[in-house]
Amino acid sequence: MALQTTPEVGGMGHSIKRKEDPRFIRGQGNYVDDIQLPGMLYLDIVRSPFAHAKIKKIDTEKALKIPGVLAVITGETLAKYNLHWMPTLMSDTQMVLPIEKVMYQAQEVAGVIATDRYTAADGVEAVEVEYDPLPVVVDPFKALEPGAPVLRTDKKDKKDNRIFHWEVGDRAGTEKAFAAAEIVVKQSLYLPRIHVASIETCGCVADFDRVKGRLTVYMTTQAPHAIRTVFALVAGHVGLSEEKIRIVSPDIGGGFGGKVPVYPGYVIAVAASVVIGKPVKWIEDRMENLQADSFARDYHITAELAARKDGTMTALRIKTLADHGYTDAAANPSKFPAGLFSICTGSYDLKHAFAEVDGVYTNKPPGGIAYRCSFRVTEAVHTIERMADVLAQELKMDPAELRLKNFIPAEKFPYKSALGWEYDSGNYAAALKKAMEKIGYADLRKEQAEKRKRGELMGIGISSFTESVGAGPSKHFDILGIKMFDSCEIRVHPTGKATARFGTKSQGQGHETTYAQIVAEELGIPAAHVEVEEGDTDTAPYGLGTYASRSTPVAGAAGAMAARKIREKAKKIAAHLLEVGEEDLVWEPGKFSGKGAPQKAKTIQDIAFAAYTNHPPGMEAGLEAVSYYDPPNLTFPFGSYICVVDIDRGTGEVKIRRFVAVDDCGNIINPMIVEGQIHGGLTMGMAPALMEEIQYDENGNIQGGSFMDYLLPTAMETPKWETEKTVTPSPHHPLGAKGVGESATVGAPPAIVNAVVDALAHLGVRHMDIPITPEKVWKILKEKGVAA
Amino acid sequence: MAKHTIRVTVNGSAREAEVESRLLLVHFLREVLRLTGTHIGCDTTHCGACTVLLDGNPVKSCTVLAVQADGREVMTVEGLEKEGQLHPIQEGFWQEHGLQCGFCTPGMLMTGYALLKSNSNPSEGEIRQAISGNLCRCTGYVNIVKSVQYAAAKLR
Amino acid sequence: MIPASFDYHAPKTLSEAVALLTRYREEAKVLSGGQSLLPLLKLRLGQAGHLVDIGRIPGLEYIKEEGGYLKIGGRTREAALERSDLIRGKYPILADTAAVIADPLVRNLATVGGNLAHGDPANDHPATMLALLAQVVATGPKGERTIPIEKFFTGLFTTALAPEEILTEIRIPIPPPGSGGAYIKLERKVGDFATAAAAAQVTLAKTGEIERAGIGLTSAGPTPIKAREAERFLQGKKPDGAAIAEAARLAAQAAAPTADRRGSVEYKREMARVLTARALQKAVQRAGGE
Repeated sequence: MALQTTPEVGGMGHSIKRKEDPRFIRGQGNYVDDIQLPGMLYLDIVRSPFAHAKIKKIDTEKALKIPGVLAVITGETLAKYNLHWMPTLMSDTQMVLPIEKVMYQAQEVAGVIATDRYTAADGVEAVEVEYDPLPVVVDPFKALEPGAPVLRTDKKDKKDNRIFHWEVGDRAGTEKAFAAAEIVVKQSLYLPRIHVASIETCGCVADFDRVKGRLTVYMTTQAPHAIRTVFALVAGHVGLSEEKIRIVSPDIGGGFGGKVPVYPGYVIAVAASVVIGKPVKWIEDRMENLQADSFARDYHITAELAARKDGTMTALRIKTLADHGYTDAAANPSKFPAGLFSICTGSYDLKHAFAEVDGVYTNKPPGGIAYRCSFRVTEAVHTIERMADVLAQELKMDPAELRLKNFIPAEKFPYKSALGWEYDSGNYAAALKKAMEKIGYADLRKEQAEKRKRGELMGIGISSFTESVGAGPSKHFDILGIKMFDSCEIRVHPTGKATARFGTKSQGQGHETTYAQIVAEELGIPAAHVEVEEGDTDTAPYGLGTYASRSTPVAGAAGAMAARKIREKAKKIAAHLLEVGEEDLVWEPGKFSGKGAPQKAKTIQDIAFAAYTNHPPGMEAGLEAVSYYDPPNLTFPFGSYICVVDIDRGTGEVKIRRFVAVDDCGNIINPMIVEGQIHGGLTMGMAPALMEEIQYDENGNIQGGSFMDYLLPTAMETPKWETEKTVTPSPHHPLGAKGVGESATVGAPPAIVNAVVDALAHLGVRHMDIPITPEKVWKILKEKGVAA
Repeated sequence: MAKHTIRVTVNGSAREAEVESRLLLVHFLREVLRLTGTHIGCDTTHCGACTVLLDGNPVKSCTVLAVQADGREVMTVEGLEKEGQLHPIQEGFWQEHGLQCGFCTPGMLMTGYALLKSNSNPSEGEIRQAISGNLCRCTGYVNIVKSVQYAAAKLR
Repeated sequence: MIPASFDYHAPKTLSEAVALLTRYREEAKVLSGGQSLLPLLKLRLGQAGHLVDIGRIPGLEYIKEEGGYLKIGGRTREAALERSDLIRGKYPILADTAAVIADPLVRNLATVGGNLAHGDPANDHPATMLALLAQVVATGPKGERTIPIEKFFTGLFTTALAPEEILTEIRIPIPPPGSGGAYIKLERKVGDFATAAAAAQVTLAKTGEIERAGIGLTSAGPTPIKAREAERFLQGKKPDGAAIAEAARLAAQAAAPTADRRGSVEYKREMARVLTARALQKAVQRAGGE
């Protein structure tokens, strides 16, 4: 896409420096824990050491004796206001504080309110809780066996641990295709539980003003408006009314989906502030964050891929068991209990497919989709990209060749997948070929053959993913009934500058810059003169927030549409000023001029001034517009990644030698920012592939509940990512843009797994589950007799 | 004794306060001095978001007691700029897109600043090693390396 | 992440510090770099009613050769060891070790004395000091005493230091010419404790045989392990592939690791073997052999 604006204006395609950076590089960011209000108290939380236990007694006497401890809130306290349980985003229910029993280790049991952080911590140590341990259910398969303890005793008539059964596709047609297949490959895959672990943990400052009856909550949230409505619905009966609730999401230190759910800590802080009438701050520490907050993945998958002997894929069948913890608190759109898992046919022209997912309760923290995964797209892509390699290996076919043979051809877009998605645009072969060229694929295969003769282990792995983002069209997408549109309100001021407010909320994605660039593109007002605001529900138009890569596809589109409404009015004003008909005007970014008379022109700044000083009679003054954008479809970014690994035969360590990522997110707003998103996403894809994992022992004790054992890669483990792009615009998006924040987290893990399996394929290895730790590799080397 | 009066020079200014023995340096900076640029990201001394300079050396201020800083010099991210003029390390991060959410950034800046004081032309490997105690979840480190290289060039 | 309350003392002299430790005994803990102690206190593991900060006492940070020994002050920072030209040039095994302790920021505060006195078999210096046959100097109310390193680690998180003693110096006999050493650590990522690690120090005769070998293992048991059988085996042998392989095998036999998230017992033991071989190869290379 050619640049339409000058660098000074900074519209689409320009890598302008980020407008939000100055405060961050000067240490002047305004994160939730930076906020200090007069009289502010602190909340710290007592948590359960047991994964499943009856609460016999909560003794707060010692705690209350500590000078500075003001109150201890328990489930009994909240029950008085019917706030001890709250709904989840999937219309299940979740405890804020328990009365009868706890259902996961680290569950909130009581809240200590004190005058300062240190005293609150002392208070927590002093609360004495007596528990009666109950049998623990951690294995989701065992949870479904007859006779398994029923966990949700709070649900009347519930006799098992099933949450939902969801299926999509043509079961019968797919069965027929499998029966007729020349080749069928079957593989079980497990994607373990992981955690976003953004460097800033979750927290809030809840401030209830008794005089005004107004509640303000400064909160680490990716979706402030949704939170406001949820609070109004949940606490309306205690007098919190939506027009008197203000949620402020200030600077957020990384979200990645982990700051979407409503955690009990927020609700306890709000309740405490309402009851005490003072601001209450709650900031969780890292161990609380890892042990109690929403996780991602935990999908036990069995996949089958049917094909012809020549490598043509014909059918896909997947059965999944989804471990949701003790309640379904995933933040999926309500009609999609397994998120967008049905994108699992991937980049391939599969005529038949069927997928089913069963959700089950276990004694673990609730959640399911918080980790840059675009509503289970990571799980779907991991499955199909692994199966592609399993099939290639079975057929002794090169995995690149297999993919090129099966890609949806560029001419077939928009493409209707067997599971009901209409992919907007794509050119998968171009992306893969670009990646192969950049990495020198043919030479690598030669090198691999030579190394194999010498017993050296080297692997090449490909991942050609299709993502689906930008939830979403109101026909199918809602969260708790609220449709997933998004919004933008632009106001152009007399001196030609603008303020633009959006219903999304950046947690580092650079919206203050990219949204300004959209306005610059559409109106020609320099991005430097467009002030972008998000996150304050008092001022921002209603939106569903930022996650699942939806900001550019939905709110970005709203920005373009609002700008175009302004341009329409600007045209009328220009016509009035130039005394010509609208049909005689020509637009270029920043000005209208007369057709064939370019010297007769009015800049957007002239027009803005005139909107307040010289607007046409009969027209309202001002120059502003709001757009609530209902996307007609999702968008489908895609890409091809190729990873080269070398394996240490002595230790089993996997070293990523090179990683080339070719991404296509349609038209690009800011290439520098897009590249940064990909670097970060690749790193968050590598980490689960090689080192991140949360496990539970048979008693439900968490393993990996601190940074000691939940491993985040440093600059030493992270390779120097190589990025490239292709550009295939989205035909339905006003800017042709698709969104990119999660592509790399989705595409990277299978590329890495495929590379390691490829390195060991000649030894008969076909699959490995992530994380691929050195010991897992070493075990295989030992088994195959090639360990050094 | 459980309470002490400490005198610490922070960003060139003498600061005095009475603190509990157990008060962590990071809390002294953030809560007592209200210098909130230094952040807290973990509880096991892993993430480095709390990095400040103590007598010129980058350290994790969550694993230092405020009382240990008595009589010593501390520099935080707020001390990098001089009369509103950004230090080249800050310019580098802005120029090279070395930050996204900004939460790990003060720690990265302080570590980068300290590195360039002792090594005016660090290689990529040396930069990665120097920041290996600072975790970032957003950037994937590539642009952080470029930011430090930019600053190094500017300072030479 | 907030410690429980404690009293803090910052003595200005060694005798003041010793007096405080004598007075408070088991209730007191020495605060050196604080990079092992403070994380424990923040998690409220391990009690300490009194912290005795030895950070204000002059004369405890030095690296020098004297009287046939390399002498390292107990409060010498790991970063100082890493940067020291003397260490990098003449004692690369110590540079290897310092460079893999935690991360660069922690190393700006962590001390060599603290790394030994903490008694953690997962710390890195113990194995190296065992390979170097170091001595620990402890200062207490009755003055100084020297403890050979093989007698220093008595149990998990327990050393031969009495409650009222401070580790003030580490002495390493200066290796003769023809010596070389290396420390190799396998870690899940930078900053982690070792999955397994091996320190190897050798002295080669002019004719090439191993005159003396020292091998220490990290994270291989309740205390740091000295692989005595492997050391004895190597004496007098030419350091060829077969000898190194056998020594590594014997070293692994001396390892008794516990299973955890870093690995199973089998894997850790095997890694002790693999790393001992690699450390020996490097040590021999540095000693001027092969």
